[in-house]
Amino acid sequence: MTYTQQRPPMAESSDELRARIPGWGADLNPRHRPAVPMERLDPHPYGAVWDFPERQPEKWPRERSNEHAFLTPVFGTSCPPHGAAGAIRKLAYRRYSEGRAAHWLLLMAADRIDAKASTLRTFASRRPANPITETGIIAELKYHGLRSRRGQQRADLVHQPLDLLIVGGPWIAAAFGAYRLVRRIRPARARR
Amino acid sequence: MRAMVYRGPYRIRVEDKRRPVIEHPNDAIVKVTRAAICGSDLHLYHGMMPDTRVGMTFGHEFIGVVDEVGPSVRTLQPGDRVMVPFNIFCGTCYFCARGLYANCHNVNPNATAVGGIYGYSHTCGGYDGGQAEYVRVPFADVGPELIPDWMDDEDAVLLTDAVATGYFGAQLGDIVEGDVVVVFGAGPVGLSAAASAWLMGAGRVIVIDHLDYRLAKARSFAHAETYNFTEHADIVVLMKKLTDHLGADVAIDAVGAEADGNLLQHITSAKLKLQGGSPIALNWAIDSVRKGGTVSVMGAYGPMFSAVKFGDAMNKGLTLRMNQCPVKRQWPRLFEHVRNGYLKPRELVTHRIPLEHIAEGYHLFSAKLDGCIKPLIVPSAA
Ligand SMILES: NC(=O)c1ccc[n+]([C@@H]2O[C@H](COP(=O)([O-])OP(=O)(O)OC[C@H]3O[C@@H](n4cnc5c(N)ncnc54)[C@H](O)[C@@H]3O)[C@@H](O)[C@H]2O)c1
Ligand SMILES: [Zn+2]
Ligand SMILES: [Zn+2]
Repeated sequence: MTYTQQRPPMAESSDELRARIPGWGADLNPRHRPAVPMERLDPHPYGAVWDFPERQPEKWPRERSNEHAFLTPVFGTSCPPHGAAGAIRKLAYRRYSEGRAAHWLLLMAADRIDAKASTLRTFASRRPANPITETGIIAELKYHGLRSRRGQQRADLVHQPLDLLIVGGPWIAAAFGAYRLVRRIRPARARR
Repeated sequence: MRAMVYRGPYRIRVEDKRRPVIEHPNDAIVKVTRAAICGSDLHLYHGMMPDTRVGMTFGHEFIGVVDEVGPSVRTLQPGDRVMVPFNIFCGTCYFCARGLYANCHNVNPNATAVGGIYGYSHTCGGYDGGQAEYVRVPFADVGPELIPDWMDDEDAVLLTDAVATGYFGAQLGDIVEGDVVVVFGAGPVGLSAAASAWLMGAGRVIVIDHLDYRLAKARSFAHAETYNFTEHADIVVLMKKLTDHLGADVAIDAVGAEADGNLLQHITSAKLKLQGGSPIALNWAIDSVRKGGTVSVMGAYGPMFSAVKFGDAMNKGLTLRMNQCPVKRQWPRLFEHVRNGYLKPRELVTHRIPLEHIAEGYHLFSAKLDGCIKPLIVPSAA
């Protein structure tokens, strides 16, 4: 009982558990667990032969956290910053450390601008954005969307419709805007 | 090559992309044979991770065949079948030399608070990931490992993150014989944590989720006792009742930033992005564990602040342990457990989806349709 010294009794003994669960207690001794003792110094693990790695060439000014002394010797080269979103990202890295909310808020704002601007840009490309295929919403039909939810006590069902609004909302608004624009232009032409 | 590409929150498509090239003497290019979608990818997919750029290819769980190696690579050759840990790490910085491979200081210029991860936003280094036909693998002499002959491909791909992370979660719980362990979240990470807790001598393993099909898996895969939190008015009180009012000895958060169960927390984080993550499961863990107990956090949260019940953690004298999993450090022991049949990673796989249909795969996994636990991605040419 918890209100006295004794620990509440175990429902099953270790021997019963060992018999029921394959491998029970294989790592009971902490020495069998990886990384025991902690933080053992192994200066050249695996095939590492360097003390400081060779530097990867920097092909464009690579943005970095101002908490780093220099550009790390190896880095990713996906998606160099460009446009308005890129400018905001560079500012966030240059001006604010990871300790500042402004750093992350600017990066989040840049993400939203990046998504909107690149969606608009696709309409001038051979492959315009397609909300149906890109959201994978077809999965609702292929993978039993209704049956996966009906009769289930799922906590996410209350907010899943919000996703539809967040993702579909801008498309519906844009479609409505386009419709209004067309209507306004058409009668004007007809009158002329 | 064909590659998954992020287009904005909830939107991805497959594009023709330039095949990656050797950018550093110790790089390798790996032709991907199997990849997976991780719960962490959902945080990116939902637009929760700062500096997730349109055009990035996600994917940090993958295996493949070495296609090309840089001039300084000594341990791999084209044709080698390799499994690649989700961490990118140099091996020799202050942190790597101490086994903290998830915290490497030489691979992520964008942030010092997190190491390098394949396909996981610029906040994690700006590397393209493995949900593609080819991927650039930095430090080829350090990260990748040859897939043992006896190992199944699907076991191998799950060991590159989900299963290693689950085991690591149990390990950070510092479980001693007879401990009551409660795991929040019955995704691939939580299921693996629950199964691993027994190996470390747990006396009782409890799993909490709201998806009945996943709780069923927790009973069959991890021999766990399960509760659906929607059926109980207060999960913390339930946990106290189940443990003679002591509380669990160890609680593991295997849910992370998009936890459900409290609409305000969920909406302010997952939908409005006002918090780094919704710490519902973490708060439940803090309140469910006994005084002096341990909370192990595997769930991922964004770099912004989250409304965590820190006062309770302090007053209860808890030990909070957490990290991204240093995958390669876990492997030798995990290989033994897989070989002995103590852990069966591939039993978590529910769907195998062609790369061309990956957008449907993301929706399926995100909306938790069709009994989905772990979806694998099969590249067109594999
Ligand atoms: N630390 C690491 O190295 C590492 C590695 C991999 C994944 N992760 C993180 O682990 C978490 C889980 O990953 P996964 O692949 O299993 O994801 P998943 O989405 O498949 O699983 C999450 C589960 O949590 C459940 N859940 C939601 N709210 C809950 C609550 N309040 N209480 C209990 N359960 C709740 C969901 O129903 C779901 O089953 C993610 O946050 C992921 O980012 C961390
Ligand atoms: Zn992951
Ligand atoms: Zn390092």
